[in-house]
Amino acid sequence: MAPDTLEFEESIAVILKEIEALALLPATEARDRQMESHRGRLESTRAQLYASLTPWQRVQVARHPSRPGFEDFIARLFTGFLEIHGDRRFADDHAVMSGFAEYHGERVLVVGHVKGTDTKAKIHRNFGYARPEGYRKALRTMRLAEKFRRPIVVFVDTPAAYPGIESEERGVAEAIAVNLRDMMLLDTPVIVIVSGEGGSGGALGIAVGDRVLMQEFAIYSVIPPEGCAAILWRDPAKKVEAAAALKLTAPDLLKAGLIDEIVPEPVGGAHTDPVAAARMVDEVLARALTEVSALDSDTRLGRRYEKFRNMGRVGIDFVEEGR
Amino acid sequence: MKASRVPEGLWIKCPGCSQIIYNKDLATNLNVCPKCAHHLRVNAADRLRMLFDGGSWTEYDKGLVSMDPLAFNDTKPYKARLKASTDATGLKDAVIVGSGSIDGIQTIVAAMEYEFIGGSMGVVVGEKITRGIERAIDERWPVVIVCCSGGARMMEGALSLMQMAKICGALAQLDRARLPYISVLTDPTTGGVTASFAMLGDLNIAEPKALIGFAGPRVIEQTIRQKLPEGFQRSEFLLQKGMLDLVIDRREMKAVIANALRFMGASQTDTAAAAIAPTAVAAAGRPARQA
Repeated sequence: MAPDTLEFEESIAVILKEIEALALLPATEARDRQMESHRGRLESTRAQLYASLTPWQRVQVARHPSRPGFEDFIARLFTGFLEIHGDRRFADDHAVMSGFAEYHGERVLVVGHVKGTDTKAKIHRNFGYARPEGYRKALRTMRLAEKFRRPIVVFVDTPAAYPGIESEERGVAEAIAVNLRDMMLLDTPVIVIVSGEGGSGGALGIAVGDRVLMQEFAIYSVIPPEGCAAILWRDPAKKVEAAAALKLTAPDLLKAGLIDEIVPEPVGGAHTDPVAAARMVDEVLARALTEVSALDSDTRLGRRYEKFRNMGRVGIDFVEEGR
Repeated sequence: MKASRVPEGLWIKCPGCSQIIYNKDLATNLNVCPKCAHHLRVNAADRLRMLFDGGSWTEYDKGLVSMDPLAFNDTKPYKARLKASTDATGLKDAVIVGSGSIDGIQTIVAAMEYEFIGGSMGVVVGEKITRGIERAIDERWPVVIVCCSGGARMMEGALSLMQMAKICGALAQLDRARLPYISVLTDPTTGGVTASFAMLGDLNIAEPKALIGFAGPRVIEQTIRQKLPEGFQRSEFLLQKGMLDLVIDRREMKAVIANALRFMGASQTDTAAAAIAPTAVAAAGRPARQA
C-alpha cells in the first residue's frame, strides 16, 4: 500500500516506506527495535511539520481523501443512526445526509455533508457538492427535531454548493437563504462542527447554530483559494498566496470571532488516527451540547442571534467616521 | 459590463440596440433606453432618487469604513481598492441606507453600489443593512433592498461570508415582527447576496434581463463543460422557474412597490408616524425572540 501522504509530507513518506519495508522482514528483536525507532522518528517529524503548517498545507489536510467524514463520525460517536431521506419537493440529495441517532443516551438529529470515500461513493455523493434539495432536506428534518424538542448536531464538510444548471434552476440560492433565516429561529439546541472544508455559502447553508466548533485543520472560506487566485491574481497557480490571504484556518476564524472553539486533532491530522480524532470531537461536542441545552429558549435564541449579529466588530473590523 | 455605464459625454450608445441616446433623455427615462427598453445600470444614489418621494431621504451610517481586517493584499492592496472606489463613487462602501417616503409610505431602503468593488458585501455592507433592518423593526417601517452585487467580498474573507447569516438573522426578526420586506434584484445579483437577502423578500422583484444566480455563468460552464443556454440566469428565466414574483420595468418599479406595501399593511400618511401597527394576529403570535 502506498503511504497516504500529501506532497509536503515527503519526509514523513520516506519514514513510512522504511517502516513498511521493515515490516516485510522476518520478525526479529533487532527489526522490532529498528521499527520502534522509526516510529519515534515518524512522530517527532510529524509533530515538527504540523506545528507550523502553512495555510495552503492546511487546505490540503482539510481535503485529505482519508479525512474522517460525516459517515465516520456517525459510526464512532453515535448509535442507532436512522437515515431520513428527501426534501418532499423534488429529490433526495446524496451530498447531504440527515437522520435520527443516539448521542450519550440522548436522541438527536444529525445532519451533514457527505463527500464519499471510494470513487463510486464519491460520484453517488456528488463529491459533497449539495444541490438545493440537500439544503431543503436539511431544514425539513431540522424542523422535525424542533417539533419533537431534539437537539441538532451538524457536520460541515463541502467544497461548495453544486454550481450546475439544475442547481440554479431549482433555486440553490433560495434554499441556502431560507436556511440562514430559518435556522436562526429553530427552537432547539444546534451545535455545528466544521470538520473538513467549510466551502462558502454551501457550508454556511447548514451552519447557523448556537455553537460553531471547528476541527484544528479544517478550513472555512468565502471562496476556494483556487477561485480567489483566478479572480484576483488572474492566475489559479497563486492558490498558495490566496490561501494565506483569505485567513481561512481555524485559528484565523477563532481570532476573528467567527467560530466558538477549536477542536484539537491528532498530530498529523484527523486521518492519521480517526479514533483519537473522534474522541477529541466527542469531548468538545458533549460539553457544548450540555451547556447549550441548559439554556431556556429565549436565552438560547437571543444568544444565537447576537453571536452572528456581532460578526464584524466596531473598532476591529470597521470604524465609524464622523461620529 | 463597462458598456452599460453612462459616461460623462453628452451621448451614449445603448448596449441593447446600439441607438445613440442623448444623456439627458436617458436620465429622464431612468436610464432605460427609450428605443429598446434596455435597462442600463443605475448608481445607488440615483436609485434612491427614483424611489423616494421628492428624491430625498435621511441617510444612516454613512461613516462606516472597513478597517481591512485581513490586511488583504493580492495584486493590489485592498486598502488601495477601497480608496479608489471611494474616489470613484464618493461612497465609503458599497451600499447606501436611508429612510424616506415611497408614495407617502415611510420606508427603509438600502441600495447597493456596483461601482464600489462590484457591489460586494463585506462587514460594512453587512452592518449597514443589518442596522437598517433593526431600525425598521424599531420604527415599524417596511424594508426595501435594491440588490446589485457580485456577492460576498473576497478581501474580507469569512467575515464577508458571515454577513449573509447576520443579515438573514435580522430579516428573520423583521419577518417575525410582520413587517414587509421587498427585494429588488437588478443586474447583476449573484453569489452570497443571492444566497441570502436577495431571495428572502416577501416579494422578490427583478428588473428585466438582470443576471441573477448563485454561481457565476463561467464557473458553471467550467463545471459542466458546456455552453449555457441563451437567457440562462436572466430575470425572465428565474420568473419561469418560479424564483421571482415579478419582473418589472424600472419605470413602473416605484408604483409596484408602493402597491405591494399597501397590500402588506402600510398606509399613506404625511407624518413620520406612517408606521405599520402591530396587528392583533402578531400580538397573539409567538413571542419575539430577540434578546
